[in-house]
Amino acid sequence: MRSKVVLRRLFRNKQARYGTVALILLILLAYIGPYIGPYDWTDKDFLAFMSAPDGDHWWGTGAIGQDMYAVTLRGMQKSIIIGLLVALIATGLAAVVGAFAGYFGGWVDKVLMWGVDLLLVLPSFLIIAIISPRLKGGTWLWFVVLLAAFTWMITSRVVRSMTLSLREREYVLAAVYMGIPRWKIIFRHVVPNLSSLLIIDATLNVSGAIIGEAALSFFGFGIQPPDVSLGTLIAEGSRNATGYPWLFAFPAGLLVLLVLSINLIGDGLRDALDPGSNS
Amino acid sequence: MSILEVTDLTVTFPGGIQAVRGVSYEVERGEVLGIVGESGSGKSVTSLAIMGLLPRNAVVSGSVKLHGRELLGMDEDELIKVRGKAISMIFQDPLSAFTPVYTIGDQVAEAVRVHQKMAKDKAAKRAVELLDLVGIPNPHLRAKAFPHEFSGGMRQRAMIAMAIANDPDLLICDEPTTALDVTIQAQVLEVLKTAQQETGAGIVMITHDLGVIAGMADRVLVMYAGRPVEQGSVDDIYYRPRMPYTMGLLASIPRVDGEEGPLVPIEGNPPSPSALPPGCPFAPRCPMKVDMCDDEEPPLTPFAGGRQVACIRSHEIEHKGLTGADVFPVPVIPPSDVVRVPRAERSTVLQLDGMIRHYPLMKGAVFKRRVGTVYAVDGISFDVAEGETLALVGESGCGKTTTLQQIMQLEPPQGGRVVVLGKDSAKLDKDARKALRRDLQIVFQDPMAALDPRMPVSDIIAEPLRAHGRKDVRARVAELLELVGLSPEHAERYPQQFSGGQRQRIGIARALALEPKLLVLDEPVSALDVSIQAGVINLLEELKNTLGLSYLFVAHDLAVVRHLADRVAVMYLGRIAEIGTVENVYDHPAHPYTQALLSAIPLPDPEMERTRKRILLEGDLPSPADPPSGCRFRTRCPKFAQLSEADRRICVDEEPSVARLANAVDHGAACHYAEEIEVITASDDQEEK
Amino acid sequence: MGKYLLRRLAINAILVVIAASLAYVLAASTMNPRAAYQARQPPIAESVIDATLDAYNLNDKTPVIVRYGTWAKSVITGDFGKTWNGGSVNDEMGRRIFVSLRLLLIGTLAGFVIGVAFGAFSAVRQYKLSDRLIGVSSFVIMALPVFLLATLLAMATYNLNDALGFTLIEYTGEYNPKLAGWDQFVNRLNHLILPTISLSLGSIAFYSRIQRNMMLDVLGQDFVRTAMAKGLRRRTALTKHALRTALIPSATYFAFAFGTMFTGAIFTEKIFAWHGMGAWLVDAINANDVNSVAAVTFFTAVCVLFAAFLSDLLVAALDPRVRVS
Ligand SMILES: Nc1ncnc2c1ncn2[C@@H]1O[C@H](COP(=O)(O)OP(=O)(O)OP(=O)(O)O)[C@@H](O)[C@H]1O
Ligand code: SF4
Ligand code: SF4
Ligand SMILES: [Mg+2]
Repeated sequence: MRSKVVLRRLFRNKQARYGTVALILLILLAYIGPYIGPYDWTDKDFLAFMSAPDGDHWWGTGAIGQDMYAVTLRGMQKSIIIGLLVALIATGLAAVVGAFAGYFGGWVDKVLMWGVDLLLVLPSFLIIAIISPRLKGGTWLWFVVLLAAFTWMITSRVVRSMTLSLREREYVLAAVYMGIPRWKIIFRHVVPNLSSLLIIDATLNVSGAIIGEAALSFFGFGIQPPDVSLGTLIAEGSRNATGYPWLFAFPAGLLVLLVLSINLIGDGLRDALDPGSNS
Repeated sequence: MSILEVTDLTVTFPGGIQAVRGVSYEVERGEVLGIVGESGSGKSVTSLAIMGLLPRNAVVSGSVKLHGRELLGMDEDELIKVRGKAISMIFQDPLSAFTPVYTIGDQVAEAVRVHQKMAKDKAAKRAVELLDLVGIPNPHLRAKAFPHEFSGGMRQRAMIAMAIANDPDLLICDEPTTALDVTIQAQVLEVLKTAQQETGAGIVMITHDLGVIAGMADRVLVMYAGRPVEQGSVDDIYYRPRMPYTMGLLASIPRVDGEEGPLVPIEGNPPSPSALPPGCPFAPRCPMKVDMCDDEEPPLTPFAGGRQVACIRSHEIEHKGLTGADVFPVPVIPPSDVVRVPRAERSTVLQLDGMIRHYPLMKGAVFKRRVGTVYAVDGISFDVAEGETLALVGESGCGKTTTLQQIMQLEPPQGGRVVVLGKDSAKLDKDARKALRRDLQIVFQDPMAALDPRMPVSDIIAEPLRAHGRKDVRARVAELLELVGLSPEHAERYPQQFSGGQRQRIGIARALALEPKLLVLDEPVSALDVSIQAGVINLLEELKNTLGLSYLFVAHDLAVVRHLADRVAVMYLGRIAEIGTVENVYDHPAHPYTQALLSAIPLPDPEMERTRKRILLEGDLPSPADPPSGCRFRTRCPKFAQLSEADRRICVDEEPSVARLANAVDHGAACHYAEEIEVITASDDQEEK
Repeated sequence: MGKYLLRRLAINAILVVIAASLAYVLAASTMNPRAAYQARQPPIAESVIDATLDAYNLNDKTPVIVRYGTWAKSVITGDFGKTWNGGSVNDEMGRRIFVSLRLLLIGTLAGFVIGVAFGAFSAVRQYKLSDRLIGVSSFVIMALPVFLLATLLAMATYNLNDALGFTLIEYTGEYNPKLAGWDQFVNRLNHLILPTISLSLGSIAFYSRIQRNMMLDVLGQDFVRTAMAKGLRRRTALTKHALRTALIPSATYFAFAFGTMFTGAIFTEKIFAWHGMGAWLVDAINANDVNSVAAVTFFTAVCVLFAAFLSDLLVAALDPRVRVS
């Protein structure tokens, strides 16, 4: 009922409509595209190194003869998954930490917010960069955890301050006066009423994580070979960007499109979910 | 000649929302036109349309003429010469109406400088004069204060100062006192009257409070669903209403001068402006409706004596001399069995002994630090007997809500004792506390905020049942919905799909779920429109009598309290000023504060209002962080002001405690010079007792 | 207020200490400075390596805790230790710190001021062509990570200069050491163009969206209506009352934006070959240079907290409601 209203409002917004269509197309490309292309992403064509796009290799080939079409789509899959996972973990963490800090107040609040401050002060880039070489050979999921660990803090502060006002809401007080335990109140009355914020935030975190991954991979601190992501591909491509632009243009273009479409949806969601917004 | 002439004004918002549908009126020089109507009837939109301040997506048609000049469609260059100069407006919420980052003085001076070529320092001086005119003490100091440093009443005064800065011909006041306490309301209305005399302006006074209009207006326009339904002189409207809606409205208000018997509610809700009924918009709620009413909307037609009425049966009403009580069904409320037992023999369900609650006073949002102590509740004592309603009244900030919270928390108080149903809150363990919560429930003020918007009503009502391990949840929810007058089929809807009155009923159902013995009511009807309020008050009364409940009832509306309560405690700055049975306190108030409070309440009776004698209080409530020594009321006490220097000493040095008055069984006041007088009906003609 | 500020500073100092210590311990326990020496040809004797590493307090055979103690002691005296090959971290920092600060300061200021201006303009002209243009550009820019933007800018300039046949806009380094005096100054400015654009464009887009949203929130509020009811023009009411009030929430974002700014600076410096703190960080990680990593962390922590502090002051200056009188 409410979700229907929100969806209707979302699609009345032109930007959000474009964003959604673009995102659906991109996801289709990433997951169905590989079955259409003639090559697998692990295939190497020893007759074509660094060849320009043509009928055989649609997006050209790389330095060791990889088919850029297959490899780029493979990288895009990874980027999308990383984005989704990071957003899920980070937003969940932000919600729980923020709600507990705000609801319980006192020393719980102090300790949690100190942790948040500390993480905000530590340069996330640096910590991930130091740790990630250690993760070579390990699963890329560790990388997801690391990215998520440095993504949630600002949201959790927002959640906290909203919880502070929710805590005084009469329906929360009513629940207290009914004798319902506090942790139950948090999950039943506080967190669900923050869902607008959390949905918006999760959406924007997806694009944030995709950019973050790409940025780290740019210096080789992110996804490690043989895995590929849009970030690693852009990093490789940018070295020869002037001479062999297709190595750079396809992954970079897809990255921008992906992030752009997600951001457009996020912005549209903000308008649709926030009743006080101007639209 | 009239200053303002509005003809057939209509306003439509996108989505087919017809907020205003053909409003016409005129205002003469020096005249006060009152506009009344329920929330959403289009009062504010009408006045914003006149000022040209509606959002750009609103479609406005009709005509608005100021001194014969058309205002609609005027371009901005012309319009800015009219706004704030010929017409000024006073808004309802004075806090949000001031820009938070500029000082009050600057904002008033800005209004001066927009229309008068004047140097900055001259304008600032003029602003100080204006603030002085509206009764702000130390105006040159206060002019440098920011809006958040002003109290509500002060802000509204400053707003008036800004509005009259350029000697307007017309003042539009949109609910200028709704956000204020009664004693402050009386002050502000007085200032408005002065301002009118000063400027000779015509006033359009918008409000939903029929008492305020009775005392101020010359003529009254009643609005319903975006249209005027009745218009006439104030006496005609109040004493001889000829439209069922007006009649119902007048019959549904509780009166502080105490008429017994249940209130007459108007059933149902106003129609949504995007889905109006085909004929008369009031038809779905009208007890006099006949088939013809659905055919077409009755136009506002002239009626005897220069008035206009939009009802096809108005002549019949006139003929038969019908009143609201004749037309609307008067509910029957069963009497209570408990009250037959004398009070002294009933058990006590709640007892407070010298209860104290202090808060640290923090300042600043970013740079937070403790700067003092707020003495929110500073030693209060009262008790509630079984089957009784005790009302706690007082102005905002006097500690009513804090008292309730302390009771509801069932934690040991900082000082004193709270005993609920014979159990001392300081001696409860976790299980005992939870068990006690079954018997102690609360209904909140704001029906929107009190229900979790993300839960269906059935879950909301079931929550306390589940928390206390009841099994028969479904059946009980249906039973409760029926009990509060809602249909059990609505159990799967969400709170947003109900009107304010219905939501408040849901809140009551939730509070009753565990069959409590004591119900705490925190301003349960103050957020509701009068016609809806009457129904909820009747429901509360009925529930109390049939279920044998006891109520602790907090309210600032003394008329509602008179209607619902058996006993009343008047609070001032965290202390009790006067306590006793409703009859004693209302008819013979002994504390100067109670007297002022009662005399400040406007009566919905133009005749009485015109001659009524008011005790006006000076100034605002002092800060509860820094209460005056001795008697807390002495800074505003009219009696203190009249005492001799020697007699005053005791008020300054010694804090009075509640003492029983001689020759009264249940009546006490905390004043060294307590003296019973009558104030509600006191008029200029009468001699002072 | 003074007391409050002091307490605040003390808390910040503690945070800096913890952050730098954490970074040091992490770096010291995961990085391997020995590798660089072991890879030398001809091979160096283990004992020689040990001695060298000991001298620099980098020996992984010493427990981390002990190394941390030594490091902390010298940091207290103001000495950040030695780089992996024996240089002084302090000297290196002295060379680089102003390079970075110049870039960050200009980038932050340009981002905030220009972004807020665009946002306010956009809000006032809501749904007009200019608003839509600004909106679309902000979205596109926000979808462009700094490293992409910088790479694209560098490529475009390269091609531009190539086509022109002379260097119109510089795209590597921060100055030309061969020039002097006025020419040198102009040359430095020229070198600043690209890095500043690539660093601040993102925050311009970010602030313009924020400021636009905040303005629109404020536009619907009563006090803007009051201002117009006084007889102010819509435009005046918007700039004098709405914009001024809507600046407050934007200023709070200032606190969070600095971290992003520094990450941006890492890429900008690397791509445009500036020798600043950001580039140093990447080089230090690649070279297993523990002490340098800790020093950079120290620097960023101080900067982030300073930005947060500044943001509080800014909010207090803008908003009378949070000032303690
Ligand atoms: N900007 C707007 N857009 C759409 N609908 C609006 C807008 N402003 C008001 N309305 C609708 O117009 C109708 C009349 O509103 P208005 O504010 O005039 O009522 P009112 O009589 O002043 O009520 P209250 O007593 O609550 O102040 C309402 O149904 C309201 O929802
Ligand atoms: S016209 Fe009919 S429905 Fe409307 S008020 Fe009159 S009697 Fe009632
Ligand atoms: S004690 Fe004195 S100051 Fe207080 S209310 Fe009585 S007369 Fe007034
Ligand atoms: Mg209104």
